[in-house]
Amino acid sequence: MAVLKEIEEEIKDSLATSRRSFVTTMFAISGAIVGGLLALPLFRFTTFPLKKVESEGDWSDVGPAADFAALTAPVAKTITVERRDAWQTASSQTAVYVLPAKDGVLKILSPVCPHLGCSVQWQDAQNKFVCPCHSGSFAMDGQRLGGPPPRSMDALESKVENGTLKVRYRYFRQLVNTQEPMA
Amino acid sequence: MSTPITPEPKEGHHFIERADAWLDARTGIDSILHESLDEPIHGGARWAYVFGSGLLFLFMSQVITGVFLTFYYVPSADHAHTVVSYMVKVVSSGSFIRSIHAYGSSGIIIVLCLHVGQTILYGSYKGKRELLWLSGCILMALMLGMSFTGYLLPWDEKAYFATAVGTNLIAEVPWIGPLLQKLVRGGDQMGTLTISRFFVLHVFILPGMLIAFIVGHVFFFRKAGAAGPINEDPIEPKLPSVPFYPRQVLMDAAFAVVLIGILAVIAKMIPMDLGPSANPADTHFLPRPEWYYRPAFQWLKYLSGRWSLVGGIIMPAILALVFAAVPFLDRKLERRPWKRPITVGAFLLFLVCYTGLGFASYHDDYSDPAMAAQMHKQDADSQAFMNSPFIPETAGGGTPANVASADPIVVKGHALFQSQSCNSCHGEDATGTAAAPALTGVGAKYSEAQLEALLHAPNIKMTAGGMQPVALEAKDLEALSTYLRQLH
Ligand code: FES
Repeated sequence: MAVLKEIEEEIKDSLATSRRSFVTTMFAISGAIVGGLLALPLFRFTTFPLKKVESEGDWSDVGPAADFAALTAPVAKTITVERRDAWQTASSQTAVYVLPAKDGVLKILSPVCPHLGCSVQWQDAQNKFVCPCHSGSFAMDGQRLGGPPPRSMDALESKVENGTLKVRYRYFRQLVNTQEPMA
Repeated sequence: MSTPITPEPKEGHHFIERADAWLDARTGIDSILHESLDEPIHGGARWAYVFGSGLLFLFMSQVITGVFLTFYYVPSADHAHTVVSYMVKVVSSGSFIRSIHAYGSSGIIIVLCLHVGQTILYGSYKGKRELLWLSGCILMALMLGMSFTGYLLPWDEKAYFATAVGTNLIAEVPWIGPLLQKLVRGGDQMGTLTISRFFVLHVFILPGMLIAFIVGHVFFFRKAGAAGPINEDPIEPKLPSVPFYPRQVLMDAAFAVVLIGILAVIAKMIPMDLGPSANPADTHFLPRPEWYYRPAFQWLKYLSGRWSLVGGIIMPAILALVFAAVPFLDRKLERRPWKRPITVGAFLLFLVCYTGLGFASYHDDYSDPAMAAQMHKQDADSQAFMNSPFIPETAGGGTPANVASADPIVVKGHALFQSQSCNSCHGEDATGTAAAPALTGVGAKYSEAQLEALLHAPNIKMTAGGMQPVALEAKDLEALSTYLRQLH
C-alpha cells in the first residue's frame, strides 16, 4: 500500500515538474523571439553613450571678434561654460585671456596656472603674466619666463563664427611639462 | 579490480546531435521540450487558440523594452519629463523603443479582449477550470493596473492630468477613500512621491505579481488541458488529438511575429507622442485617459452626487465580481454559444455598451466646438513639443542666483574670493577641493575679527597646507570675510 502511494506521489511530482518546466520554456522561447526581433534597436538604444557626439555646448561665446581687433595687451573675459551631462547641463562662469591678434588670428589662454592651478593675472605695469601664488611669470603670449610652473600657459581652442569669437574651455593636468587635457 | 564505468551514451556524428546530447545530459532539455511540445490538442490546431500565447509574447516584449527604458528613466517629478524627452529626441532608437512599449499596452488590451471573447464564446472556462479563469481575471486586473501606473511615468500634461482624475476617483470609495487616495499619491496632491509610487508599482510589484499569476495560469491550463472546439467535452476529451508541435506552435509563432511586426510598423510610422511637461497650474487642459479607459471615463460623466458612488464604485465592483464568478454561475457542460444565450448575450451586451460609451466620449469631445478646439490645441501642443529640439535641464547650481540677490558686500566678497584665486584651492563657492577644505560654516567657528586676522596672517596649519596671507585693504578684507561668514 505504502509503496503504491509513494509511486503515486512520484508521478505527481514529475508531472508538477514538467508543468513548471513548460512555463519556463514558454517564457524562454517567447523572450528569445521578442528579444531577437528587437535586438538591433535595443542594442542601438543601450550603446548610445558610445556614440561620440560633438555638442554645441562645448563652445562658449567670448564676444564679438571685432572687439578684440585692436588689442594691445591681453584682456580677461568672463565666459559661461556649459558642461553637458546627458540630459543635464551645469553652467559655470570662468575667465579666459584674449591675446592681441597676431597675423589676424586671436589666441586665447586659460588663466589656470600650470603649476598648482591659481588664477594667473596680467600685470600691465610689468608687461607680463604673474601668478599670485608662487610668482610664476609668463610673457604676453603665455611663454613661461620663470618660477615654479613647469610649462607655458595653456592655449585654448578657439574659432570665429558669424563674427563671434568662441572658445572651447578645457582643464589641463597640472605639474607636467606637456599640455594634457583632462576629460 | 576496477569499478565498471558506465559507457558514454552513443552520440550522433552530426555536430548538432552531439551538442544536443551534451546539453540534454546536463539539463534534461529534451524531455522538457518534449513535454512542452507534445501537449495534446483535441480537435486539432486552430488560429482561435493563438491569443493566449500572443499575450505572453506581448508581455515579454513589455518586460524587455521596459527593462531597457530604465537605462535612462529617472522616477522624479523634476526629471522624469526631461529624461523621457531625452530618450525620444536624442538617444538612438529611443522613440522607437518607447513607442513599442507604449503601444504594446494597447496591443495587450486588444489581444486580451480577443482572448476573453474566445474563452466566453467557446465556453472554454467550463469543466473544472474555475481556477484557470480566476487567475485570468486577476491577470486582467493587474494588466489594467500596469497601464494605469505606466501612463503617468512620462509626466507630460496628459499623463499628469489623466492620473490626477484617475486618483480622484479613489477618494469616492466609502470610508477609506480619502486615506487610500493619499496613500496612492503619497500625499494630498500629485507630486514627486506619486511618481515614485507608480514607478515601484509599475516596475517591481505589479510585474512580479503578473509573472506569478502567469505561472499559475499556465499551470492550471496544463492541468486542465486545452478545452478544444465547442463540440468537445471539456472534462473528458473525445476528439482525436494532435500534438502542440508543429502546427499550433507555428501558428502561435506566426501570430507573435505579426503582433511584433504591427507594433514595429506603427511605432516607426506614428511615434508615440510626448506632450509638454506637466503644468499643474494649467486650468484649461482637458484630461483624457487612454482609449481603453475612455468608456469608463464617459460613464462617470453621466453620474453625479450620490450616483457617483453607486455607478462609479458599486456597480463596477458588482460587474467585476459577476464576471469573475462566471464559471461558478454557468456550470452546465454545454459549450455551443447559441445554447448559452445568457452568458454570451450578457458579454455581447457589455461589449456593445462599452464600445458605445467610448464612441460617445469621442463624439462629445469633438462635437462641441470649444471643446474640439481645446482638444486640437492639445494635440498641436504635443506635436510642437515633439518637433522642438531637446533642451537639457540645468543642474543644481543655486549659488550664483543666491549671490546675485545677496547683500552688495557679499557680492563684493564673492568677487574677491575669485579674483584672489581663493577659489582655485577652496573651490567655486568655497565648497572645497582636494587641495583645501571647504569654508562653509566658518561663520559659526570664528567671529568677524578672528576671521579677518586669520586671513591676514594664517596659522601654521594653514600655511603648511599652502595658504597664502591675504594682502587686502581693510574694506576688502571685511567684504571677503563677510562673504565667507555667510556661507552655509
Ligand atoms: S600656482 Fe601658479 S606659480 Fe604656483
